[in-house]
Amino acid sequence: MIVEARDLHREFVVRRAAGRLRRTKHTVAAVDGVTFSIAPGECVGYIGANGAGKSTTIKMLTGILVPTSGHVRVCGLEPTRERATLARRIGAVFGQRSQLWWDLPLRESFRLLAAIHRLPASVWQPRFDECVALLDMAPFLETPVRQLSLGQRMRGEVTAALLHSPELLVLDEPTIGLDLLSKEALRAFLIRERRERGTTILLTTHDLPDIERLCERLLVVDHGHLVFDGSLPALVSRVGAERVLVVDLVEPGPALDDVPGTVLRSVEADGLRQHLAFQPDRTTAAEVVAAVSALVPLRDLTVTEPDIEDVVRRLYQS
Amino acid sequence: MADASVATAYRSIVLSRVAAQASYRTSFAIEVVSQAFIVLVEFAEVYVVFHQVDKLGGFSYAEVTLMYGIAVSAFGIADLVVGHLDQLPFYVRRGTFDAFLLRPLSPLGQLVTSDFSLRRVGRVVTGFTVLAVALVAVDIDWTPGRLLLVVVTPLAGAAIFSAVFVATSAIGFWVIEGTEFANAFTYGGNYLSAFPFTVFGTVVRRFFTFLVPVAFVAYLPSLALLGRPDPLGLPGWLSWSAVPVAVVAWIASAAVWRTGLRHYVGAGS
Repeated sequence: MIVEARDLHREFVVRRAAGRLRRTKHTVAAVDGVTFSIAPGECVGYIGANGAGKSTTIKMLTGILVPTSGHVRVCGLEPTRERATLARRIGAVFGQRSQLWWDLPLRESFRLLAAIHRLPASVWQPRFDECVALLDMAPFLETPVRQLSLGQRMRGEVTAALLHSPELLVLDEPTIGLDLLSKEALRAFLIRERRERGTTILLTTHDLPDIERLCERLLVVDHGHLVFDGSLPALVSRVGAERVLVVDLVEPGPALDDVPGTVLRSVEADGLRQHLAFQPDRTTAAEVVAAVSALVPLRDLTVTEPDIEDVVRRLYQS
Repeated sequence: MADASVATAYRSIVLSRVAAQASYRTSFAIEVVSQAFIVLVEFAEVYVVFHQVDKLGGFSYAEVTLMYGIAVSAFGIADLVVGHLDQLPFYVRRGTFDAFLLRPLSPLGQLVTSDFSLRRVGRVVTGFTVLAVALVAVDIDWTPGRLLLVVVTPLAGAAIFSAVFVATSAIGFWVIEGTEFANAFTYGGNYLSAFPFTVFGTVVRRFFTFLVPVAFVAYLPSLALLGRPDPLGLPGWLSWSAVPVAVVAWIASAAVWRTGLRHYVGAGS
C-alpha cells in the first residue's frame, strides 16, 4: 500500500468572539475517523463539498499537517516526521499554491527544482524534455511565470511535481478554471504518466469528467467522514444520479410525459422547452433523442450531466 | 557530499534571486541609493542632538558615531540576508510556505533564500563608511585584541540581529498580522542599539540587554574598544562577549522557530 490512513482525525480549535472581550473556543473536527488505503498504480478521486475535509486529508498525507490522532503512512513513511524524505518520493500540485517562481522564466523554475531535489542533469533532463513535448510547453518556456495563462501555468505545475519522478502524485483541483482543451490535454497526460510509469495518482476535483476519464475509484468525504469508497458507476447507480435532456421544440407542443425511460421534469414557454430526466445506466442520450424526435420536430437540445456536488448530496441524504 | 549538494541547491536559489532583481537595473540603482540616503537622514538625528549637547549619556559625538556605525553595519548585514523573514505571514497566507514544506530542504533555509533584497546593500555600505569615519575620529588604544574585536563586532552584531529576526518572525505562525510585531523588535532593536544604553531607563535597558541582546551589538563592544568601564556597572568581560551571546541567541531563536513550525503543522497546541 502506498497510502495508508487508519482512523485519521484532525481537529481545529476555532476561537469566536462572544461578547465584547470574551472569546469562546470550539473544537471543529475537519477529518473525523477516515480510513482508506491506496495500492501502487491506482488512480483515486477524492471528492466532497467544500469544507468536507479534502484539503485537510491531503495536508496530512503530504506532511504539512499533523493528524490529531490516527495512523498515516505514505510510501511507508510517517509524513510529518519524515517530511524531507517523503518530499523526494511524492509530487504535489495545489491549484492555488504555486511551486514555481513567479518572477523567473518558466524554464528556470525547473532548473531550481532539480537543484533542490538534487537531481543530476542526466536524470531530470530527459524527464523535462518529455514533459515539454507532451504538454507542448516549448512556446512559453522563456516567459516569466507571472505572465503565463492559467492553463500554461498548470502545465508547468504538473511538470514541476513530476520532475523527480515521484511514486505518488497528489493533485488538488488540477483542472479548476481551465478551458476544455487544456483540461483534456492535462487528463491525457496524466493517463499516459500512469500507464508508462505506474505513478499512483490521488486527485481532488469538482469536475465529473475528470473522474470519468481518470479514476476507477472514488473516495467521497462529507463532514469529515468517508461516506463512499468505490467506482463512479457504482456511486451513480447507488444514488440514482440522472442526466437531463433539455429539448427546444420548433413550435409549442404537448408535454412529453410518455417518452420511454424518462421522467418529465419541467415544461417552459407553453411546451417550447422541456426537461426530460433519465438514468444513464438504463438508457442513453441517443435513444432518448431518437424517441423525442419521432414525436415532435426538434430545434435544439442539450444534455446536462449530474453535478458532482449533487451526487454527493444525494449520497449523504440516502 | 550530501551537504555539498544542499549548498549547491541554496546557491542556485540565491543566484536566481539576484538575477531576478538585476533585471530591473534602473529601479535597483535608485533603491540602493535611497537606502544609503535613509541611513544618512537617520544619522542627522545624532547630528542634531550633538548640536545641542556636548555629551549624550556620558559619550562624545565621535563615540556615539562609533556605536552608530557598528549598529548600522550589523543591522544592515542582517537585514540584507534575513530581513524579509518578517514577511512570513504573507508566505503563509499565499500558501508559498506549504510549497516549502513539500520540498526536501529546510523550510527556514528556503524562506531565507526566497528573497534577497540586494538593494539593502546601500545600508551596509553607508554603515561601514560611518564606522570608518568614527574609527578615525575616536581615540582608541589599539591592541591585537581590539583590532580583532573591531573586525568581529559587526559580524557578531549581524548574527545577533539575525537571531532576533528569526525568533520574532516565528510569531507569524501564530499571528497573521505578525509583521508589525516582528518589526517592533527588529527595527526597534536596531534603533536602540545605535545609542549609548546610559540614556535609557532600567526596564528598557535590561530588556534589550538580557532578553533581546542588542546591547551586545554596538554599545558594549564600543566600551571595550574605547577601554571604558560600563557606567552602569556591567562587568568588563561582558563587553567582549558578543560572539558567545550571538551563539546563545541563535540556539534560542532556532528553538522558537521550531516551536512555531510545530504549531503551524499542528503538532504543538
